[in-house]
Amino acid sequence: MTVHSAHALGRSHFTRRRAANTIAAAAMTVALIAALVPLLAVIGYTVSRGAGALSAGFFTHSMRGVADRDPGGGAYHAIVGTLEQVGLATAMSVPAGLLVAVYLVEYGSGRLAALVRFVIDVMTGVPSIVAGLFVYAFWVLALHKGYSGLAAAFALSVLMLPVVVRASEEMLKLVPDELREASYALGIPRYRTVLRVVLPAASAGLTTAVMLAVARVTGETAPLLLTAFGFDAINPNAFKGPQSSLPLFVFRQVSSPYAPAVQRAWAGALTLIGVVLGLTVVARVLTRRSRLVA
Amino acid sequence: MLLLAIGLFLAIQAAPAFRAMGPRFFSERQWLPSPPAYGIAALAFGTVVSSVVALVIAVPVALGSALFLTEVAPRRMGRPLGYLVDLLAAVPSVVFGLWGLLVLVPALIPVERFLDRWLGFVPIFANRSGLFGRSIFAGAVVLGIMVVPIVAALAREIFNQVPQANREAAQALGATPWETIRTAVLPFSRGGLVGATMLGLGRALGETIAVALVMGAAYTVNFRITEVGGNSLAANIATKFGEADELGRAALIASGLVLFAITLVVNVAGRLVVRRSVVVGR
Repeated sequence: MTVHSAHALGRSHFTRRRAANTIAAAAMTVALIAALVPLLAVIGYTVSRGAGALSAGFFTHSMRGVADRDPGGGAYHAIVGTLEQVGLATAMSVPAGLLVAVYLVEYGSGRLAALVRFVIDVMTGVPSIVAGLFVYAFWVLALHKGYSGLAAAFALSVLMLPVVVRASEEMLKLVPDELREASYALGIPRYRTVLRVVLPAASAGLTTAVMLAVARVTGETAPLLLTAFGFDAINPNAFKGPQSSLPLFVFRQVSSPYAPAVQRAWAGALTLIGVVLGLTVVARVLTRRSRLVA
Repeated sequence: MLLLAIGLFLAIQAAPAFRAMGPRFFSERQWLPSPPAYGIAALAFGTVVSSVVALVIAVPVALGSALFLTEVAPRRMGRPLGYLVDLLAAVPSVVFGLWGLLVLVPALIPVERFLDRWLGFVPIFANRSGLFGRSIFAGAVVLGIMVVPIVAALAREIFNQVPQANREAAQALGATPWETIRTAVLPFSRGGLVGATMLGLGRALGETIAVALVMGAAYTVNFRITEVGGNSLAANIATKFGEADELGRAALIASGLVLFAITLVVNVAGRLVVRRSVVVGR
């Protein structure tokens, strides 16, 4: 096709090619704008509606005894739940994910590593509600443990694990081989090389990997419906009884037709977006810096 | 192993529903507790149609913006704009649902009226009910917005794998930027783009909360996508879980198992296609 058009360099042909190029460039620009406008709209609306609804009381009160049409109330119980559930999920999935990533980068080769990598990739595609159903079927139904923040943390760590593995794998790959070879040349065994040389060298990158994973699961709603279930009062014990969380709080408030509840939903959404986007942006800035150093 | 465990436990807990409903589980449209009539026909229909429409909306936007960022924009501008698009992927789905229900659905009603009025001769755009709002179309737009950053990020990665030499060859023959894209970049990345689209489809099929909030939660099989209605496997689990009895929950788990199987197939296929095109690229 290129050869053909290079032969036919008639003037009108050339103008047509230029026009096609201009149209294509315009279409691509429109596409980019179409991709960015919803982002700005979502964030803009959440900030403007949420800012009006936020107050100090929102962070210090729960929804206990507050009906949908009452003003007031807050998300304290939900914030406590989110912190505990995400904290537990992080504590479970980060060590496991790091181990898998170290295996893939430092030890894995051939068929098995390729298979592990493939399964992890496919796991990133498991719908979050399915992860919630799995924990419900296994923990709540089969083992009769009931709803709890811990069950929510299990579901979140199913979602978190592949993210941690893939992100920290990228970070470990950035560690230059010269560092490893220098360590081997000193006669240091492999496991000590990993512990003392590779992991410290990648520590900044690994921190950002964990932050991205935390950001991703903090906003998850669907699996929590089936595991933490949601609760209007404060339940500080993540191991027993239903708990709320910020995404559940937003979902519950927006499902109500009353204006005060919708106000609370916007306020909750703003808090949630602040945490999630804050973590993501900080993680990106840190990645950029650690890449520059490497 | 975890994937196997997920499938196994869902299957065990879903068994009572399969036993109670038999093959009707796949043909029944209703989702009623008494007498028990649980079926995924309408749900699976809504899931697939909304996701496909979402992709029709999202893929051109995602590919266009990815091409702009990798091929047209100068590097200094492409990078930060790319981060911005990635940021969209970090917005929680419940926030999309909230925004979709309260802002986007009202804003889309004129668009739906327009489609009905001027494109109503195409059966899917016709609206015979006169009711507009929480439709499959609205759900698909929200899903599309959520899928764009995923497809765009993968597409950028794929375009970056095209060897610079291919582009330079096209340019040396006097190709304009668009001709370079068409003759050097796109043919090289076709396989990868198919895979990226499938991974986006996987995401759209499994999305729960945004769909639950935006679509009309009706158990109907209705091809007229601008009419109020629509539901999905995932959204139905979220909305019916709280009120379901024992058999109802087993049925929800069974529907989740179906969703799991569908997304697993789509994701495995997508990954295989992406992987093969990337390996060939190297």
